[in-house]
Amino acid sequence: MRVVRSLAGVGRFFYTFVVGDDWTVAAVMVLGLVATAALVANRINAWWLVPPLAVVMTAAALFKTTQRSGLK
Amino acid sequence: MTGAAIVLLTTFLASSVEAIEMVTIVVGVGVTRGWRSTLLGAGAGLALLVVIVAALGAALTAIPIGPLRVLVGALLLLFGLQWFRKGIVRVAAHGLAGYRGQAPQDEEVLSTGVDWTSFVLAFKGVLLEGLEVALIVVSFGASAGHLGTAIVAGAAAIVVVGAIGFAVNPLVARIPRSLLQLIVGTMLTSFGTFWALEGLGVSWPQSDADIAALIAFYGLSALAFIGIERRSARGTLNAVTS
Repeated sequence: MRVVRSLAGVGRFFYTFVVGDDWTVAAVMVLGLVATAALVANRINAWWLVPPLAVVMTAAALFKTTQRSGLK
Repeated sequence: MTGAAIVLLTTFLASSVEAIEMVTIVVGVGVTRGWRSTLLGAGAGLALLVVIVAALGAALTAIPIGPLRVLVGALLLLFGLQWFRKGIVRVAAHGLAGYRGQAPQDEEVLSTGVDWTSFVLAFKGVLLEGLEVALIVVSFGASAGHLGTAIVAGAAAIVVVGAIGFAVNPLVARIPRSLLQLIVGTMLTSFGTFWALEGLGVSWPQSDADIAALIAFYGLSALAFIGIERRSARGTLNAVTS
């Protein structure tokens, strides 16, 4: 039982560490990395995809946070 | 200049670049979330690194560094974006007054008393960058036939950069925590982006200099977001009071 609790704790920790409070950001960023890998495989040096995507997803997450807190 | 001196200088400079990345992560996380777990993580990363280097020796170059970069980079990117976002919200809300002195509350501190977030961040930073230093040492040293000299240069780079990092630590500790969280979030996001994409086979146009470009890009984006958040909050306040 203690082992199960410990494993659950480790699982919770890694979920919080990787995904955090907005799973859509993590999901879209992983898709961005997959898309970059696909572009690189097709000989396109796609260094330009992930940085703007990270900024767009930050904007989306900030907008959602502001909406939730009722400031808008 | 003799062959050994060239190997010494080249290995020292190349290793210093990796050591700066390593020390930036450790000092940033240590100041932001506390030193105990950060140093535990850094120590564990260093211990594993020593075991790997001792076990593999010159065969170290067989380690698939690309997939390791993708894994560590992706994790740093995803975690860094969380601190990046929280830093923006907190600096926009409290300015530079921050929330100095509060214990970390955003992520879990498990019953062991170890702050695993600090532990994992420091562990990954030391292990990946340490492996890169080891690879530089082996590649430069073995190819030039001066492995001993290259080992001294690599170790010296870590010691010198580490000493500088800990010397500036009191200055870093004076930065308000909300701003520090934003700065460290920006750094982690930038390093994470750089490593993950490099591991995927992307060739950065200006090589390592693009880390600085990424920090500038994310930093300017953060400033823009803080401005927008503040204007939005002021607009709401005006609407309520009018």
